Amino acid sequence: MADISEIQTFEHDVLVIGAGGAGLRAAIECARLGLKTGLVCKSLLGKAHTVMAEGGVAASLGNTDNRDNWKIHFRDTMRGGKFMNQWRMAELHAKLSPERVRELEEWGAVFDRTADGLISQRNFGGHRYPRLAHVGDRTGLEIIRTLQDFGVHQPIDIYMECKVLNLLKDGPRISGAVGLWRETGRFVLFKAKAVILATGGGGRAWRITSNSWEYSGDGAAMAYEAGAELIHMEFTQFHPTGMVWPPSVRGVLVTEGVRGEGGILLNNKGERFMFDYIPERFAAETADTVQEAARWLEGDPGARRPPELLTRDVVARAINTEVKAGRGSTHGGVYLDIASRRSAEDIKRKLPSMYHQFKELAEIDITKEPMEVGPTMHYFMGGIRVDDDTQMSQTVDGLFACGECTGGMHGANRLGGNSLSDLLVFGQLAGAGASDYIQTLEKAPEVDSDQVMEVIREATDVLNREDGPNPYVLQEKLQDMMQTNVGIIRTRAELEEALRQLEDLKREAALVKAHGASQYNPGWHQALDLTSLLTTAEAVARAALIREESRGGHTRDDFQGEREEWGKHNVIISKGESGMNVRTDVRPDPPADLAAIAYASLEELEGTAKVK
Amino acid sequence: MAVSTNPADHAPAAGTRPGGHKDGFRATSRKDHWATEPLAVLIGLSLFIIYATWAAFQGNHYYVSPYLSPFYSPLLWVNPDAAGAAPVAHAWFGSWPQWWPAFIPISPSILILPFPGAFRFTCYYYRKAYYRSFAGMPPGCAVGPIPQHPYKGETKFLLFQNLHRYAMYIALIFVVVLWTDAVRAFFKDGRFGIGVGTVVLIINAALLSGYTFGCHSLRHLVGGRLDCFSCSSSCEARHSLWSKITGFNERHMQYAWMSLFWVAFTDFYVRMVSLGYIPDFNTWGR
Amino acid sequence: MVVLDAIHRIQALHANDLACRWNCKAGKCGSCSMEINGRPKLACMTRLSDYDPEETITVQPMKTFPIIKDLVTDVSFNYEVNKRIPPFKPKPRDADGNYRMMQKDVDRIQEFRKCIECFLCQDVCHVLRDHRRQDAFAGPRWFIRLASLEMHPLDTADRVSQIKEDFGIGFCNITKCCTEVCPEGIHITDNAIIPLKERLADRYYDPVMWLMRKITGKDRKK
Repeated sequence: MADISEIQTFEHDVLVIGAGGAGLRAAIECARLGLKTGLVCKSLLGKAHTVMAEGGVAASLGNTDNRDNWKIHFRDTMRGGKFMNQWRMAELHAKLSPERVRELEEWGAVFDRTADGLISQRNFGGHRYPRLAHVGDRTGLEIIRTLQDFGVHQPIDIYMECKVLNLLKDGPRISGAVGLWRETGRFVLFKAKAVILATGGGGRAWRITSNSWEYSGDGAAMAYEAGAELIHMEFTQFHPTGMVWPPSVRGVLVTEGVRGEGGILLNNKGERFMFDYIPERFAAETADTVQEAARWLEGDPGARRPPELLTRDVVARAINTEVKAGRGSTHGGVYLDIASRRSAEDIKRKLPSMYHQFKELAEIDITKEPMEVGPTMHYFMGGIRVDDDTQMSQTVDGLFACGECTGGMHGANRLGGNSLSDLLVFGQLAGAGASDYIQTLEKAPEVDSDQVMEVIREATDVLNREDGPNPYVLQEKLQDMMQTNVGIIRTRAELEEALRQLEDLKREAALVKAHGASQYNPGWHQALDLTSLLTTAEAVARAALIREESRGGHTRDDFQGEREEWGKHNVIISKGESGMNVRTDVRPDPPADLAAIAYASLEELEGTAKVK
Repeated sequence: MAVSTNPADHAPAAGTRPGGHKDGFRATSRKDHWATEPLAVLIGLSLFIIYATWAAFQGNHYYVSPYLSPFYSPLLWVNPDAAGAAPVAHAWFGSWPQWWPAFIPISPSILILPFPGAFRFTCYYYRKAYYRSFAGMPPGCAVGPIPQHPYKGETKFLLFQNLHRYAMYIALIFVVVLWTDAVRAFFKDGRFGIGVGTVVLIINAALLSGYTFGCHSLRHLVGGRLDCFSCSSSCEARHSLWSKITGFNERHMQYAWMSLFWVAFTDFYVRMVSLGYIPDFNTWGR
Repeated sequence: MVVLDAIHRIQALHANDLACRWNCKAGKCGSCSMEINGRPKLACMTRLSDYDPEETITVQPMKTFPIIKDLVTDVSFNYEVNKRIPPFKPKPRDADGNYRMMQKDVDRIQEFRKCIECFLCQDVCHVLRDHRRQDAFAGPRWFIRLASLEMHPLDTADRVSQIKEDFGIGFCNITKCCTEVCPEGIHITDNAIIPLKERLADRYYDPVMWLMRKITGKDRKK
């Protein structure tokens, strides 16, 4: 192939890359605003990781407890994020999510109902009130299916099983992307005035993870290559409850909904250990006796929340500590017990897919026995740095991002349920932002054929070279390395070791060889994903090395506790002349009105009138 | 079993598709005993049809006071000359009519048996059962069906299956009739009592009720056709009825088989007692 | 270990280019549909321990769909059918901006919305699998979806004539294989297809209902 005129080409106003909740929502917005929209997904439509989200979507509808309002949601989000969140993003998120959830209902979503026929809401870690609109424990499926079925009737061109290899630029602006049809192995050129990245996180770089093969950090890596900045990469969420047994399902998620419905965590002595791990910041709002926690479960509005519902970072660290102290379960986790807390019928109705998952995969009946759970790599709080309102990169014109591949919204730790709402709120904003941007363009950007050919050459080299390392083996090496050195508890020595090993892995990856032909060749796809995996893994390691404190999803054994100075800085990653640049930026002071809300007491906020 | 590592041993045989799938009647890659179920259904249904047809054409020994065989109920006319016949008083319209053509056997059963027969024939469960077992369309899941060019399903000749609800309406009448028979079986010559036959008849009526009340058409008509169950008080009432029928509907297959077996057994029991082959233990004395 | 783990081992060590779809590995995304010992199943939910250790386990791609490579098939037919289904058309909201539906109204359709689009029902359905009536028949997955729309308490569209003419529900002879293979345990036949067939009977086949509509002048449309 010598000429780009021979490459299949599509032209769009906006190309959305990634078709999970965020990508679909962004594409719908673009189509509604009259843009010629393309939507690319690496898998089949509707298989993205959004289907794995179980517990619910956070929105202060106030249906189940009418004391709730956006301010309390905002406050919870900031506190959960250890005040590292981008203030404006957290504000937009809390204000807009109820509207986004109601809109889903108009598009056909069928949430569980309250006795009055409204959307029912459930309790979740870090949320003061029952706030998660849900459908049993398959809320993500409901959301992606709703968006998918609504989306297929919009004027959106959907390109399935297409991996985008890299972005194209015309000077400082985005001009499109080059992709690869996984089915045929042929290349495809997308010309676009704007690109919205919605590719999710990069959790696949860890051994124990709830993420599927798709989560190779493509968006963050491509944006980085194109000159965008990454923010908060050190904040990685380990979900406290992944399956630990049998080995083949290690890491598969056990929804936080189990604890929301009353499930408790026990060590091998049968102790409910979470009472020993209540952080200062949450002590005032967390039950300190078993009796009070029991009253809360019975619905006593005066009782405080059980400690199992503390934020994910706290629970994950607590489990980690228990296991390391030798109080773990048979297979190196702790016990999560719902059987003794709820009737078998309730469990099957409220947590059907958990029941199913344990029955089928672990041969455990969760209505009779406790589950064994342990932390699993789950979510990237960090990602592409974008403008709070428009979702456009501040350094690459026309490059937008939404969903997990962006950073800033969740600060140092994401609350459960805030990711589904994040997808909807920022997907919509990114679509609107892209539309506004396109209006300002005077002429369409040009595609540089050299850039295209370079991307294609790099991809085909992997197939054409005579011999080289096995891509699967390389990925496993990377996973083991990250699990060991950039895990839930980090140290300088380990992080430096990680960076050393990453250099070796990068050298090996440059020589990787995929055997077989170009048609539907998973070995080749794996090899191509390695580039993004290595970039995101390096970004995490470098950012983690710089941040010398422990905060949220970033825990340093050698720098315990939060440091006030670090609370005033963001870690920013960008591409430099000779490799990855890391710097710290001073965080601007928060707007006074938002700071007042975030630091207010609950009583002050409960009385305030609802906004929106 | 040793596993060959030679790829040629695992290549699809000639005439198969690239995925190794075979075409044609009964072609499958399944390794389990998939044919057991359709065969059992084939045998079970055939035995019932043979016995029911034989019993229906007997025209005798269908009654022994106070028991009436369900194959013969309701009695429209009674031929009092037949052995083991019910008293004429039991018939809705009296004695057997004189104008009855000679070439048609005289049996009260053949007048009424087509109705429950039609109910079962058009039943959504039995359709599954006999389409698989008798028609091979398909004989099992992921098993090749008997080829049809083109396949029409229930769009042409089988359209009549859509009138299942009319068979259901009649079946509801039969439920009343059979319960009446069961209640009458407590009274021999006006004296209250109970016999093994009474119990047999009650079980029969109960199983037939369980089968009839689980009917998909009934479930649709009482509530399934509504889109909103909570929108009015009549909808609420229909919802609760619908929920109850749903409970029976989930066990429709089990009721279908139990009631099928038991109705044949009930006829057999009455016939045996009527013939004097077996005694009926009861409170009345002989 | 599940069958998918075994396939992954083969991929990593023996055949790097062995094609197989998968995503969540927990039975939630419906990607790894295939035929294991001739039975349509999700590879991620099929335990190897359920088979005799001596036994050779056969994995095949889904028969109904054209093969792309190895275990990967072209399932685009399904996406084409979905596009033809008239979308959800809701009533206006209540004055306070909310929609009201009771749990008992949505229980029925929530069952259908559990569908993970693994297309195993489409694979096993003999109308598509063996009789190849893709020209006239939508397949069980889409009757599930049509039922979830038709029974939706807020929906105002009417799809009954399309269910008959375009989606060909009459080709279904309710042999229930779709229900047998559904990994989500959805009662596809009893709760979706048969109720839709009955709705068709109301409209097209029941003479009394036809007469009633003529007399009352009400064509029962939502």
